Amino acid sequence: MIHRIEVGFKQSVRDVLGERTCKRIVANLGIDVREVRTIEVFTVEGSFSREELEVAAAGPFSDPVIQVYSVDRPLARNFDWLIEVGFRPGVTDNVGKTAREALELLYAERGAGGRVAVYTSRQYLIMADIDRKNVDAIASKLLANDLIERYAIMGKDEWDAERGMPPFVPRVTGEDRPVVQEIDLAVADEELLLISEKGVLALNLDEMKAIQAHFQDGNVLDQRRSVGLGAKITDVELESLAQTWSEHCKHKIFNAFIEYCDEEGNGIVIDSLFTSYIKESTRIVRESRGDKDWCRSVFVDNAGVIKFNDDYNLIFKVETHNSPSALDPYGGALTGIVGVNRDPFGTGTGAKLIFNTDVFCFASPFFDKPLPKRILHPRRIYDGVREGVEHGGNKSGIPTVNGCIVFDERYLGKPLVYCGTGGMAPARSMGKPSHRKEIRPGDAVVMTGGRIGKDGIHGATFSSEELHEGSPVTAVQIGDPITQKKMTDFLLRARDLGLYRAITDNGAGGLSSSVGEMASLCGGCEIDLQKAPLKYAGLQPWEILVSEAQERMTLAVPPENIEEFKLLAEKMAVEATVLGTFTDTGKFHIRYGEQTAAYLDMDFLHNGVPQLRLTARWLPTCRETPRIAEPADYGKALHEILGRLNICSKESVVRQYDHEVQGGSVVKPLVGSMNDGPSDAAVVRPILDSFEGVVVANGICPRYSDIDTYHMAACAIDEAIRNAVAVGASLDHLAGLDNFCWCDPVESKKTPDGAYKLAQLVRANKALYDYTIAYGVPCISGKDSMKNDYIIGDTKISIPPTLLFSAIGRIADVRKAVTMDAKRPGDIVYILGETYEELGASEWYAHHGFIGHSVPRVNAGRAKKRYQAIGRAIDQGLVASCHDCSDGGLGIAIAETAFAGGLGIDMDLAKVPYEGQRRNDYMFFSESQSRLIVTVHRDLQESFEKIFEGQCCAEIGIVNDTGIFSVRGIEGQLIISEPLEGLKASWQRPLNF
Amino acid sequence: MAKEVRSIVITGNGTNCEMEMAHACRLAGSDVVDIVHISDILWGEKRLEDYHFLNLPGGFLDGDDLGSAKAGANRFLHARIRGTGRPLFEQVIHFVEQGKLILGVCNGFQLMVKLGLLPAVDGDYGRQTLTLTFNDSGRFEDRWVHMIADPESPCVFTRGLGGLYLPVRHGEGKVVAAHEGLLKRLHEGRQAVLRYSTPDYSSPTMDYPLNPNGSVDAIAGICDRTGRLFGLMPHPEAYLHATNHPRWTRENLPEEGMGLSLFRNAVEFIRNELL
Repeated sequence: MIHRIEVGFKQSVRDVLGERTCKRIVANLGIDVREVRTIEVFTVEGSFSREELEVAAAGPFSDPVIQVYSVDRPLARNFDWLIEVGFRPGVTDNVGKTAREALELLYAERGAGGRVAVYTSRQYLIMADIDRKNVDAIASKLLANDLIERYAIMGKDEWDAERGMPPFVPRVTGEDRPVVQEIDLAVADEELLLISEKGVLALNLDEMKAIQAHFQDGNVLDQRRSVGLGAKITDVELESLAQTWSEHCKHKIFNAFIEYCDEEGNGIVIDSLFTSYIKESTRIVRESRGDKDWCRSVFVDNAGVIKFNDDYNLIFKVETHNSPSALDPYGGALTGIVGVNRDPFGTGTGAKLIFNTDVFCFASPFFDKPLPKRILHPRRIYDGVREGVEHGGNKSGIPTVNGCIVFDERYLGKPLVYCGTGGMAPARSMGKPSHRKEIRPGDAVVMTGGRIGKDGIHGATFSSEELHEGSPVTAVQIGDPITQKKMTDFLLRARDLGLYRAITDNGAGGLSSSVGEMASLCGGCEIDLQKAPLKYAGLQPWEILVSEAQERMTLAVPPENIEEFKLLAEKMAVEATVLGTFTDTGKFHIRYGEQTAAYLDMDFLHNGVPQLRLTARWLPTCRETPRIAEPADYGKALHEILGRLNICSKESVVRQYDHEVQGGSVVKPLVGSMNDGPSDAAVVRPILDSFEGVVVANGICPRYSDIDTYHMAACAIDEAIRNAVAVGASLDHLAGLDNFCWCDPVESKKTPDGAYKLAQLVRANKALYDYTIAYGVPCISGKDSMKNDYIIGDTKISIPPTLLFSAIGRIADVRKAVTMDAKRPGDIVYILGETYEELGASEWYAHHGFIGHSVPRVNAGRAKKRYQAIGRAIDQGLVASCHDCSDGGLGIAIAETAFAGGLGIDMDLAKVPYEGQRRNDYMFFSESQSRLIVTVHRDLQESFEKIFEGQCCAEIGIVNDTGIFSVRGIEGQLIISEPLEGLKASWQRPLNF
Repeated sequence: MAKEVRSIVITGNGTNCEMEMAHACRLAGSDVVDIVHISDILWGEKRLEDYHFLNLPGGFLDGDDLGSAKAGANRFLHARIRGTGRPLFEQVIHFVEQGKLILGVCNGFQLMVKLGLLPAVDGDYGRQTLTLTFNDSGRFEDRWVHMIADPESPCVFTRGLGGLYLPVRHGEGKVVAAHEGLLKRLHEGRQAVLRYSTPDYSSPTMDYPLNPNGSVDAIAGICDRTGRLFGLMPHPEAYLHATNHPRWTRENLPEEGMGLSLFRNAVEFIRNELL
């Protein structure tokens, strides 16, 4: 039987969701709506009496103080239009799941017979004099995402107050008809490509031919016969190979053989960017530290591991979830954050998660041109991603301590959603180093957490493609942070009891990747897909294997512990299923019941993918220095730059993330006299009875890619390090993560400039190599997402090449940490580091519509000395405030220091150490790197200056209590005199929604 | 039971502030502090009656999917203890009847309210008369707020306290009462212990963001008639050390955070009155 329970607010109670929806309709869509009210609908499937449903409705489903409910009778009345939005079949419905569990618990005694399911939907009751076309626009452009949700519209004239909305049950109707299909690969090349394309396998011809050749090998055929398989590959095998060999999992571009040619025709060959630049620079840094090397596990596990102290390790990973966020911003971002949580959690023997950090790249939320097909409005992406990360982070109880939002029109085609998570683990687990993974043949393959559905099938291969017309709906999924939280609670306990030997997460590629990767540690596996718990019937064996259904970990459990492991899981209400055994047979052996569905050589699975051979050609851009007039009114110019999207306050987003849970917050994202200044980096204290702290910072500057990706990467690395040292991180104990998001750099018909884009990638890697070595800040893990293009019809939008460099480090005593806000009148304002005429791709040029060519360049030698010196100054307690100078230049940094501290600053531009054409605007807005703005108490002036002896350190102003930010220009004239409140308001206004 | 103060911090199903809550109990001098997963209680391996001080920390019980702590309250009311088959809620009521202390923070406060443990103006524990619902802003927010404590309140946790400055981190913290009469009773019994206030701690305020959620009469925390059950939306366990304060780098602050005093009061009360 199908029943509907509806819950709405009492007349006297504010419906804030309705109010907010009303505001959004007016503001985002420009449709005039007077009022919106909401009703929650629970569609219940199961055999319950009316009385039982009344009890449930009055109990867990509604709040007696503020809500009213009805059973099988509509609540809605007095509206012009009604829109009901519900999920499509198979889409994760977290509220529905919780409602079902509540219902089952309520009637556990009588043993609720038969199948129980609860599906949720929401009604929006709209008061407005608008026509159906407008209502449809509200539904499709704001309330429902057609990919995952359906909606129904009802006008007041059609409304039947007795019957209401007809119930809709989004049940997945499937039947189990499991078939393992065979595919003939003994076909012509075109046919091979067709097989890849039709199956969304994202395998190129060389790869298909490598598989074809492998399946013609006599030895292989003999072995297959022994398990009842023929000469043809099974769909399970082909899918396993496609997942394992996907760009997402194998990083084929980063591992390609590249011939690079520079502007003068000098060529070099690179056998894998990853090996030659990223791994190699880390090796060199580690070697230089000798026995003081604090790296513990780099590039081999789900996340990088460094030492925190003798007893604990830090684990860090940043991931992207771009393509799903383009299609469903909320679900994509939510899955992104809970997904990256599982990376540190699934590293070594597992870690407690201690912080999240998120960086988003969007087009302007005020975009007002026609939208290309299938693209959601950037405001919708902004709101959806923000909310997805809010729910994912807050509900998991992990503080979101740091992040930023970058705006560029080219992120219209694909937004970038970087989600990072840090963890902490005891250095030793059951007497062994916790950062190593060990699996023994005979250990059970166990899957824990959520069940498997069709969600996320082909996520790994899909993310290896550009966004196109046929992008699969199944690639979209919605995370469930509570199911994951329950699982992590359970697994941390199991870890501390020593119940399992190794752990990894189920992310891209699902079981095929997680079991496949773990099996390589012992040399094989044999699992039975029929044992896997499913959300619903109708999945084919290959789908079970590659599904990316969320909230699952795969573990190796020693046979002697399996009963205790399962009992603890049962007690803590977490599903745990033994799927098979790890072996040393050298085979990836997958069965469905008794039938062998896949029998692949482990070596071929992991190492069989042929290396790509690519060409890269570098052509430097040669843009002229733009001619822009000096502003007549510098005050006005400052207000305008403060209000630019890349510079303005992100407080409204930051406030909606819990940045203090776990109790160790030290430097928050918002600091200063009114708790609203922009912090440079986060400091958290993960062990509450210790003062040792973790520092987290990010660097990202994609605009510079328009001139040279080498300097873009150098600046991103410098920015992350600069932010970290600005709060007091020690440069001697700082590690990095590289996270590349590129546009397709493989030359082809649809990417005629692939060789240039690949050269951009090569140059970014060269910079990464040069600067991580120069700073002694090794990369410990990373990620790449290489197909951030949008191609539909004649429209192609490629993102600017983007590198997010994230830094994680240590501060020995958090009580010495420094924030960016000016502290006291009378303090001296210093600038550390030279300013050059480096306005190429600056915010100042961008404000005038130019790019220019004088991109900032990083002098790591000088910067390193400066960063070490600021570390000493902070450690000695000489620094009142320290702020990183980045987007918008020193003028912006000093203005922020002033208004965050609620104190005026009087500065003198003539005192700024500068090389280049002496113009006030150039000096004020140049984005030269490695500069810090520091304020120092007058009594400490001498000690401070002594530390910087021989370095570029100039006194340029004084903190005062006038409430005015004033600047004297190079001629000594007053060019800016602005009240702090006004400057702050300009900075806070743009994104205050 | 030996003469030691025993505190229990319940976790599981989405609770996430258990570590710092336990840390606060330890710093406050509780001799035993156990973080106990609710499944340990439901499987009969741990019992509330072995403790004096029950902590219900913040988090998102069952994702707050049916409204904050609603599904969590449903579990407390209807889940049964293995072996005995008795509802978990019986243990809670027994705990209350013994005059022991319960502190609910944020989601724990929401749980207490929805279980009817607060405000229970007639001592009718188990009947919900008040609620905590969506903030007027319509959004979850993390921000620090000022509060004033009612010196006349029977609340044992706030004894001797004037003002408090703590962070709120919630989307559903607005107090709404079933009817005006209840509010009157609440004030008569001095049960509206904590109220959001102006930064100088001079008067309660309805102005956003000082009052972060639009709570009626600026109510931030409520106790029962005995003052032994107490819940509040702001997080005292988030301010145990000076470095938790958002402006610690610019103000001279005592090393001990303000939040700890609530826990100290609880432990002292137990030592003096319950042991």
